[in-house]
Amino acid sequence: MIKTGAEILCECLIKEGVEVIFGFPGGVLLPLYDTLPHYPQLRHILVRHEQGAAHAADAYARVTGKVGVCLATSGPGATNLVTGIANAYLDSVPLLSITGQVPTHFIGKDAFQEIDITGITVPITKYNQLVLNVDGLARAVHEAIYVAMTGRPGPVLLDIPRDVFQARTEYICADKIDLPGFKPKLFGHPSQIKKAAELIASAERPVIVAGHGVNIAQAHAELKELAENAQLPVVTTFLGIACFPESHVLSYGWLGMHGMGYANKAVHNADLLIAIGMRFDDRATGGVSTFAPQARIVHIDVDAAEIGKNLTVDVPIVGDVKNVLHALNKQLVKRDHIGWLSQLDDWRAQHPATEVRDHEGVLPQYIIRQIHEATKGDTIIVTGVGQAQMWAAQYFFYDKPNSFVSSGGLGTMGFELPGAIGAKVGCPHETVWCIAGDGGFQMTVQELATMVQEDLDINIAVFNNGWLGMVRQWQELIYNKRYFGTKLYNPDFVKIAEAYGMKGVRVSKKMDVRPAIHKAMDHKGPFLIEFVVEPEENVYPFVPPGKTIVEFLEMPSPLGSLKK
Amino acid sequence: MIRKHILVALVQDRPGVLNRIASTLRRRNFNIESIAVGHIEQPLLSRMTIVVEGDDASVEQVRKQLDKIIEVIRIADITGESPVAREMAMIKVRATPSTRSEIIQIVDIFRANIVDVSPDSLILVVTGTQEKVDTLIELLRGFGIREMSRTGTIALPRGGAGPLTIEENKPLRHVVEQAAPEEEILPDW
Repeated sequence: MIKTGAEILCECLIKEGVEVIFGFPGGVLLPLYDTLPHYPQLRHILVRHEQGAAHAADAYARVTGKVGVCLATSGPGATNLVTGIANAYLDSVPLLSITGQVPTHFIGKDAFQEIDITGITVPITKYNQLVLNVDGLARAVHEAIYVAMTGRPGPVLLDIPRDVFQARTEYICADKIDLPGFKPKLFGHPSQIKKAAELIASAERPVIVAGHGVNIAQAHAELKELAENAQLPVVTTFLGIACFPESHVLSYGWLGMHGMGYANKAVHNADLLIAIGMRFDDRATGGVSTFAPQARIVHIDVDAAEIGKNLTVDVPIVGDVKNVLHALNKQLVKRDHIGWLSQLDDWRAQHPATEVRDHEGVLPQYIIRQIHEATKGDTIIVTGVGQAQMWAAQYFFYDKPNSFVSSGGLGTMGFELPGAIGAKVGCPHETVWCIAGDGGFQMTVQELATMVQEDLDINIAVFNNGWLGMVRQWQELIYNKRYFGTKLYNPDFVKIAEAYGMKGVRVSKKMDVRPAIHKAMDHKGPFLIEFVVEPEENVYPFVPPGKTIVEFLEMPSPLGSLKK
Repeated sequence: MIRKHILVALVQDRPGVLNRIASTLRRRNFNIESIAVGHIEQPLLSRMTIVVEGDDASVEQVRKQLDKIIEVIRIADITGESPVAREMAMIKVRATPSTRSEIIQIVDIFRANIVDVSPDSLILVVTGTQEKVDTLIELLRGFGIREMSRTGTIALPRGGAGPLTIEENKPLRHVVEQAAPEEEILPDW
């Protein structure tokens, strides 16, 4: 059947199971926007800035496990996606960016709104392509989504000139993928898996370090089986949060710069690390030369290039985490590690990291805990980056897979609002809480309009401490309180919410925290709470950069006493 | 140990491949000493020879990163296989009647060829290992080199099938991996 490029694109997306596109129109996209209404199966959500489209599609992909799709016009539309694409790249999120391009006869002429977006995104995409011919469009879409979703997921980009959207051709459904150079290894090598099983059987102080890969591969059940059968304590990475229930007796929190002291001690003293779907990021390992000095390391990852990148490992296993754990579980012998686990429990008692201290003022940690209690933990938490992110990670207990959505690798302030949109659109029946700092909130504040337009039932908690808190904390602790460029003169956040047509309240007393949380949740539609919190509260534990992860600083005053 | 590594890659002949390779090397902080690209006996494929300097572990790391590029079909570090490696240089050297015969003698020793003669200069072409080309250039420097151009190294491993050999009558196909039988031992992880 003869179809236009725009129609072929829509047909292919529907065939791939795409239901939502986060987009923003522009000149060269007009043929596509003229076609989209004929495909009501594709829900178009109009964002207010293309960065928001990329973040929303990113979060949508994280909570649904499907490819997230964002759409932007040529030139500035495309460049506005770049931060969002980089964010998806560092966190291995399957994101398809579709950008319009100037008509083919203008390419290379520096035409109006022409920019080389495929060139710009080479280092931050798994694959990208400028589609110069409508005959290759269907294949390009299927290949791009296949690459984005297969092996280690990642962002892909298709740049489509206006005349390719308009050109007509016979639409032949391309279902054969032909990418001879794309060779993900999905099944671990049996002899390596055997070696890993032997190491686990003989280890005295083993620790599982579970990362984002477990969430991506949806290997939650396999991980639980592994931990329970061999009685292995589980520490997660920051993005691994929620891949193993935190209420589980074998859960020992998450490691790293702001991770739990006992998690860091467990990893540091282990004689065997079973690293699953993680990449030994510097925020997780601290000083890498002194990381887990006594441990042999089994490293399971689908990306061969991650093996041995940051440190040398003893048993590398390249494969999809779910497949590898499935094979590994068959070879395990039941064991217990009573002595080692009780040692970990002692450390947990010595370094409580998740207890909210008694305090008159509004503590951000207290708010997070109240949200946990009010929601009974049954919500998706979407965070920005900085102090609020860390408190949300520390003081909420995550039991449900993919209930924690956060920008880990790139650390993108401003991810929270569009991220919450993507999470809510992807999981409309889940409660969504957006945890924002006053800094990050203002980076993508315009997406409030998207929430209102789409009437998305999102609860937003803005932690207003009047500072760019994490940077201020570093200035306090590392730069001897030389505060510069971190004090914020903030707008009235409640008025901002109201100006966008949504409800909002301000909370500055501890007694008002819980009622406001319930008010937000009872309200249908977006709701903002501005929490006026302790201005100079710090995130602890804190491993200063470059230090070994057991050299963490803890909250200076003893629990229960007032800090100030 | 930091040394020169020769990476050879079989890549799909698509726009932007060279950019991706160069971008990955730059991104991982490698300086490309030379890169040579050309078609091979199979249609739609090119072979690249990339020379970079680094220690074995970090070159292996960047090789794996390069292998992730979708258009890269195979890539191997053949440094350890004592490959046959050659490059070609064209050198335009100043030649007066008094120096011309001396230059020709050097050219003979190096088995280079003179391909152009003009009243005050010669163009000569030399093929050989990088060391040989370097030595010749050093010798000619005294006469005055006016222009020169080098191809960069190309290399083939010695002996039978190399790491990039494509079996005849076996076109490259995208293969979706299936689970290996439990007993089977695969060549590497």
